[in-house]
Amino acid sequence: MTGLPEVVADPGGNTRSDDGGLVVEGLTVVTEGRGTPVVEDITFRVARGQVLGLVGESGSGKSTVGVALLGLARHGLRIAGGRVCVDGIDILSLEGKSLQQARGRLVAYVPQDPASGLNPALRVGRQLREAIAIHSEVLRDGETVNGRVLQLMEEVGLPGTEAFLNSYPHQMSGGQQQRVGIAMAFSCRPRVIVLDEPTTGLDVTTQRRVLETVRQMTTEHQVTSVYVSHDLAVVAQLADQTAVLYAGRLVENARTDAIFRGSRHPYSVGLLKAVPSSARSEILVGIEGRPPRPGRWPRGCSFADRCGNVQDACRHELPQLRDLGDSEPHWVRCYFPEPPVSVAHAKEPVPALSGDRPPVLTVRGVAASYGPRQVLRNVSFDVTAGRCTAVVGQSGSGKTTLARSLVGLHTDWTGEVQLSGTKLSSDPRRRSKEERRIMQYVFQNPYGSLNPRMTVRENLEEPLRYFFNLSRSERNQKVDDILQTVALSTEYGERLPQQLSGGERQRVAVGRALIVDPEVMVCDEITSALDVSVQALLVEQLRQLQVDRGLSMVFITHNLAVVRSIAQDVVVLSDGVIVEHGPVDQVLDHPAHGYTQRLLADLPSTE
Amino acid sequence: MTTTAEPVSPPIEQGPVKRRGAVRRILRGALATRRGQVGLALTLLVVGLAFIGPFVPSRSATEFSGVPYSLPGNGSVLGTDALGRDVLARVLHGGWTLLLLAAISTALAVLLGAVAGVVAAYRGRVTETVIMRSVDIVLAIPQLVFVLLIVSVIGAKTWLLVLAVTLCQAPQVARVMYASAQDICERDFVKAVALWGVPPRTVIRRHIMPSLTTPLAVECGLRLSFSIILIAGLNFLGFGTQPPNPSWGVMVNENRLGLATNYWGVLAPAILLAILAVGTNVFADALARVAFGGERGEETAAVTALELTTS
Repeated sequence: MTGLPEVVADPGGNTRSDDGGLVVEGLTVVTEGRGTPVVEDITFRVARGQVLGLVGESGSGKSTVGVALLGLARHGLRIAGGRVCVDGIDILSLEGKSLQQARGRLVAYVPQDPASGLNPALRVGRQLREAIAIHSEVLRDGETVNGRVLQLMEEVGLPGTEAFLNSYPHQMSGGQQQRVGIAMAFSCRPRVIVLDEPTTGLDVTTQRRVLETVRQMTTEHQVTSVYVSHDLAVVAQLADQTAVLYAGRLVENARTDAIFRGSRHPYSVGLLKAVPSSARSEILVGIEGRPPRPGRWPRGCSFADRCGNVQDACRHELPQLRDLGDSEPHWVRCYFPEPPVSVAHAKEPVPALSGDRPPVLTVRGVAASYGPRQVLRNVSFDVTAGRCTAVVGQSGSGKTTLARSLVGLHTDWTGEVQLSGTKLSSDPRRRSKEERRIMQYVFQNPYGSLNPRMTVRENLEEPLRYFFNLSRSERNQKVDDILQTVALSTEYGERLPQQLSGGERQRVAVGRALIVDPEVMVCDEITSALDVSVQALLVEQLRQLQVDRGLSMVFITHNLAVVRSIAQDVVVLSDGVIVEHGPVDQVLDHPAHGYTQRLLADLPSTE
Repeated sequence: MTTTAEPVSPPIEQGPVKRRGAVRRILRGALATRRGQVGLALTLLVVGLAFIGPFVPSRSATEFSGVPYSLPGNGSVLGTDALGRDVLARVLHGGWTLLLLAAISTALAVLLGAVAGVVAAYRGRVTETVIMRSVDIVLAIPQLVFVLLIVSVIGAKTWLLVLAVTLCQAPQVARVMYASAQDICERDFVKAVALWGVPPRTVIRRHIMPSLTTPLAVECGLRLSFSIILIAGLNFLGFGTQPPNPSWGVMVNENRLGLATNYWGVLAPAILLAILAVGTNVFADALARVAFGGERGEETAAVTALELTTS
């Protein structure tokens, strides 16, 4: 570490021991032009060999904090102040050559998209050797570059064979790519590793292996890891310490079990109430509204507008981080913290639906293919009237193809599908208007499913024009009713989709499906693009619709935990075949098939 | 009320309730730039002259008023032409047919091209192949040669001239619109509407076209400037407006032999055509830059400033 200026870290943090690690103080990132703060006054401290989970919803600034730890800021932003000390060296005070040296040697980074972190034109072996060769001083006595590469491969659980090292990134699976990324980050023996949502986009089994690798390497090499994520369950599983970020500020920071067993800030409590559990079916409670954008932060607490027990004082002055812990530090930015609530008791159980109902949709022996490739084989199940059937599977299991075949977006399938007693044709043009009306489809991506040139009202009116012969005032009345059903005020009617948040758009999309009074609604991963607090609102709304309208649903998802809260029946798909099928409680409590058992075992949980 | 949650009200901090009209937005954006202002000013100058011209009291455009190729002076501002007619009068009367024909053929070309391109993108399969390969064939023939071929085989009628210009401009529009529509047709909201069983014509008209107004507006401006030059060129070659009727293209042809004697006979219509072509081009360019963000720094700053002052 020669040539790097030494800075004595101020031991004013909140860890017990003063054994180096990562110390961040007053880190502030602002926009380049006006200097509007995007992330403000981030202060935390993580000891060696520990993982800090940095949790926040989209737009909270968690990735901005993540890259700022490397002394970087996204285009249009700059780091305005604060210190990031690694083993006593302030990264933010370094410049030029010494900063370059620090990146990789002191702090390393694992990006969210594994493919973007690797050069697609170079063999992975060469990329790893290159990374080590640049910082050749990290090699211990007698260690060769090749030897170090093989050692890293073993540590991340990848084959160190010549064949593997000679392959290109695109020849590997997403999980393998991400583990190569982790190997590369660890290659120069850094003191701090920043992982920016490295498992988003991986399925649960791969995710678990990657998390285990991170955990193991952190402990083994006594490295400090900062794990940036929106997924509370992953953080609960992995991190020693958890920091919750809201609108660019830390609102809570404590040991992970302290947060998940007794969180104190109303926002953290809200998040925990919104997270679905795979173990019990519970009523999810979302958080209405959205966080203030940078430049529109209020004078007082940023969460005041969405907080249940907001007081006058909250709006006047910004609360400071206070230590509320008894033995262990527990930092909370709130004047009126909630009593400690355990995640296990935060939610109410879902009331069971009564009675046996006839099936409304029966699927028998459906096989679908894309050209020569068969993606679904002999799929048969029933959807009971007024119930929700979840179709669960990992990516590539054929679950989306199933949904698209049912509604008529995918035509290359055979088998028999009966909707309310009539057989549906695979060719959507042969379906009657009534058949098209009683089964509605909600798309995965709320950002593309509404016409951007029409207001919300016009978007909702569109299906009415084709299915019914209504006067203008009748249409308006129906739109007003449906807006209320999806819990949006009528003011939303005159807005354009791009003025709405993702969750609000998805509610409009659900409303557009509901407005024609369908009997079956097919929802394709409709919560996967949403934050957990928004997902909870939507799931709860759909569940209410089931109760109030007797709506039947086919709910396609990869998230087993959501299934518990919304569905009564579940179909588990693997490689285009149904491996298990039955009532949710039975399948999730006593999974019979090995695939389901593995899915459940790999699923991270907040408990 | 069927849900547990109260209806949410949108946050008040949000600005305007409705922001619509992509065309109006890019027009305003273009006019906020120096490029757009100059382009529009030049265009309006010539268009104004062409349309007000016939109503300005002047000498007759077809009667002889003096010695051929006499220089300005003696009551004639720009002198006389090859047959002794007043140049100014012919310039004033000779613009509007040209511009009218250019406008009509542009409108037809944009309409035809847009429909062909969007239908090709939406229908796909055979329709797409037939339309887009025909487009490729027409594009392979040089524009002027193509028009001359039609006009010289069938005859120099005015409607035919318009048709020929339309046919050679439409493929260019079709290709641009096809490319833009391909993206829109893949969006979920189009698929959602198609799922309800809405006929393709309605899907295209109500759901695809409104998202394509921006490239359409830019294409209009660009095609107009090409049409003007094309028609003026054809006039010069003796097709379209026939002597003794005045037209800028015809004038350049008639008076080119007397260029050394009274240069105004050629220069006046040529300058006007040049200004018009430059003006429409510059304006279309400004539109395109605003619409597709070619000149980010300056333009967006100007647009933001404009929005800030109006809101």
